[in-house]
Amino acid sequence: MAKEAKVKVKMSKAEKNEAMWGLIFVAPTMIGLIVLNFYPIIYTVYQSFCKTGDFGRGNTFIGLTNYQNVLTSSEFWSSLLNTLKYAIIEVPFGIGIGLVLAVLLNRKIKFRGGYRTIFFLPMVAAPAAVAMVWKFLYNQQFGLLNNLFGLNVAWISDSNIAWISIGIIGVWSIVGYNMILFLSGLQEIPHDYYEAADIDGASGIRQFFSITIPLLSPTTFFILQTRIIGALQVFDLVYMVMDSTNQALSSVQSVVYIFYKYTFTNGDRGYGAAIVVCMLVIIMAITFLLQKSEKKWVFYN
Amino acid sequence: MESYQAKQRATQVLIHAVLILCSITMLVPFLWMILTSFKTLSEATSINPFVIFPSSWNFDSFISVWKNYNFLYLYKNTILMIFWRVVCAVLTATLAGYAFGRLNFPGKNVLFSLILIQMMVPSQIFIIPQYVMVTALGWTNTVAGLVFPGVVTAFGTFLLRQGYQGLPRELEEAAAIDGCSIPQRFLHIMAPLTRSSMVSLGIFTAVFAYKDLMWPMIVCTEVEHTTLSAGLAKMQGQYSSNYPELMAAALMACVPMIVLYLIFQKQFIEGIATSGSKL
Repeated sequence: MAKEAKVKVKMSKAEKNEAMWGLIFVAPTMIGLIVLNFYPIIYTVYQSFCKTGDFGRGNTFIGLTNYQNVLTSSEFWSSLLNTLKYAIIEVPFGIGIGLVLAVLLNRKIKFRGGYRTIFFLPMVAAPAAVAMVWKFLYNQQFGLLNNLFGLNVAWISDSNIAWISIGIIGVWSIVGYNMILFLSGLQEIPHDYYEAADIDGASGIRQFFSITIPLLSPTTFFILQTRIIGALQVFDLVYMVMDSTNQALSSVQSVVYIFYKYTFTNGDRGYGAAIVVCMLVIIMAITFLLQKSEKKWVFYN
Repeated sequence: MESYQAKQRATQVLIHAVLILCSITMLVPFLWMILTSFKTLSEATSINPFVIFPSSWNFDSFISVWKNYNFLYLYKNTILMIFWRVVCAVLTATLAGYAFGRLNFPGKNVLFSLILIQMMVPSQIFIIPQYVMVTALGWTNTVAGLVFPGVVTAFGTFLLRQGYQGLPRELEEAAAIDGCSIPQRFLHIMAPLTRSSMVSLGIFTAVFAYKDLMWPMIVCTEVEHTTLSAGLAKMQGQYSSNYPELMAAALMACVPMIVLYLIFQKQFIEGIATSGSKL
């Protein structure tokens, strides 16, 4: 304490000036974050303990009832399972294909820039538009997929298949982004490693597994973490592709989808808040587990 | 040697084959969207797989969507939302990024940890209270309501802080000795040097604002006041089986951003990718 006081006394005019400007400069951002993000976190948690009146008006404190209702509803658990199923397609395939494309493009090759431009294209298209196009491609009667391959698959209305179809759109949308991140990771691997391996006579595939994969693991970890968290928040594709009358909806709707439905379509904010708080807890737990696992398999040079 | 070259060539061919196959997969949805938007309804719903091109390139669907769906408003609202979000985000993040990267002030570490916490929390947790606030302010169905959650950015602050930390200290010290005040140093020396970080943040903000669906659907329920993404969602409910019109609308919503991307490719890819990898 005494030491701290001393430091404070010693603060020169220049330091005081710096402290003042520092606080002035961060003020807009910090005030904004408190109003737009930190107060809302508290408010959402409070809301989750309340019953919302008719027309979204009035809050009555009801304790843990919303949580009890959420955690005992089969809809919540099935939507969580659906979300995980989506993630199990989007994350590994999005990352795997992205990595392969990055490795193929990380060399002197013709049209390198052209390929890169094409693969990244979905990243700048609105998911709402992308979903509309895919919905048409998937159409059982008139869709390109069935007509082109002579199939008669109910891509988005068969509950055994629909989740895969949504996952495919997710992979298609994200592959280019993962590829770009892998490419910048690959460029940081020193070229000497490969030259040394060439001299030792290691094959390309061998080099991939014993040089590229380990040295790329920090990039892979980063992508894995952001993609898992991103996939758990899937909403746009489900909302746009699955009509509310689609019989396969219950096997595809995600956690954020039912959050949106209860909160904004049905107007039950208390129940919606409880859903989103549960989701926050799950995402935080997954983040924590990933961070803990990081040391085990991520190789830092 | 001969066989080594032959092997090299075979590898090249194989790589191109894989890349071309993937390129086709990426492009077909876009091409089908374009082709369908020019077709008549009967051509679009033809089950003959050889009806690939429209018999004539007619713009009827575009005209009808433009008229019936007030695309002019959708464009205007989207542009205004993007403009204000980019201006606000770049401005506030530049100021805060400079302070966190360069200045000492009380509470710096605590405040910075708040930035990191905000980046870890999924954004859906903020939506209900943000919506309640927008309603209380009377900003539903306004541009202000669309911009509201994006006026400050924790992520952008983090990105700009990194930009400032990467600059050499001597620059500023020399200016300080010459008697430049902190705002002068910031405005005339430091801020111009982080232009590339600002561009990255600007592009990142613009693309993600443009892609967002849930927020505009919640705050702007009237078609004249909403964005392209939310407008498409509304439209799909009404025209659910007029495929040429749906594809024309989707195309009109995508084209401006794709054109910008094709012109400023390098900045787009760098902006989105470096923003991602610096997190």
